[in-house]
Amino acid sequence: MKSSVITFPGSNCDRDMDVALKKFGFKNKMVWHADAELPKSDLVVLPGGFSYGDYLRCGSMASKSKIMQSVINFANSGGMVMGICNGFQILVETGLVPGVLLRNKYLEFICKNVFVKINDKKNKFFKNVDNKVLKFHIAHNEGNYFCTNDQLKEIEDNNQIAINYCDENGKIEDEFNPNGSIKNIAGIFNKKKNVLGMMPHPERMIDTSLSGEDGSLFFKNLINNLK
Amino acid sequence: MKISVIITLKKDVLDPQGKVIHQTLDGMGFDNVNEVRQGKYFEIDTKETDNDKAKAKVEEMCKKLLANLVIENYKIIDPK
Repeated sequence: MKSSVITFPGSNCDRDMDVALKKFGFKNKMVWHADAELPKSDLVVLPGGFSYGDYLRCGSMASKSKIMQSVINFANSGGMVMGICNGFQILVETGLVPGVLLRNKYLEFICKNVFVKINDKKNKFFKNVDNKVLKFHIAHNEGNYFCTNDQLKEIEDNNQIAINYCDENGKIEDEFNPNGSIKNIAGIFNKKKNVLGMMPHPERMIDTSLSGEDGSLFFKNLINNLK
Repeated sequence: MKISVIITLKKDVLDPQGKVIHQTLDGMGFDNVNEVRQGKYFEIDTKETDNDKAKAKVEEMCKKLLANLVIENYKIIDPK
């Protein structure tokens, strides 16, 4: 399985993602944002970080960079695209997934482990993950998911919510919502579910000596689903 | 020609920064404030000399980059 990780000026989780993808069997290529062509890929990842210093709005500049037109075409033709953290912010700015990510409700940068409940498994990202709840890491200032009421209805009708913030038993309540996101949304799909944007970092959960292993579960499962 | 643009958050969108500014103003003794909403202001110096054409281009800029229309409104100020 071939993957590509796009590096934007200010990306800082691109190499972590490279390590994670390779660890679970992807042949990964790093792709510079100013390139026009995407290498042949089964998965394209927009990594976390602070592309363009978060100027104007997080992800807004990166969404207009040269490579993104190829990424958008790839996604629109059914290609698997995943945006993590700043990558999620870039995805919403391209319009590939609905909504926006606002400043965290309590104006704090949040850096901690959280639990997320998988809302939908009828997709290649989460199909066959046994766990209902995963422990991931979040680190962001703008992760407060927001969309219009019409968009929310559409997202819910199409089952586009991927994961919600919850407690370790999968209970989705206000008190487990770290950033003020509508309905505790931590990640969403596009309509066809070949594009996933999420704030948590699975690539930070792939090493027993450093963290948990729920990221390992996620990546192992992902590569199997793509085969 | 210089054209100015003001970007504001839409009414229903939570503005935590505006809220904190409001609270701080309140703490400073400005206690008659109802609400504070924070926005952005741009000055765009364009080579275009035709007023209407310049405004049309700036409007395109607003839609494509300067504003995110899910949460923001833009207002173009007429050059004088």
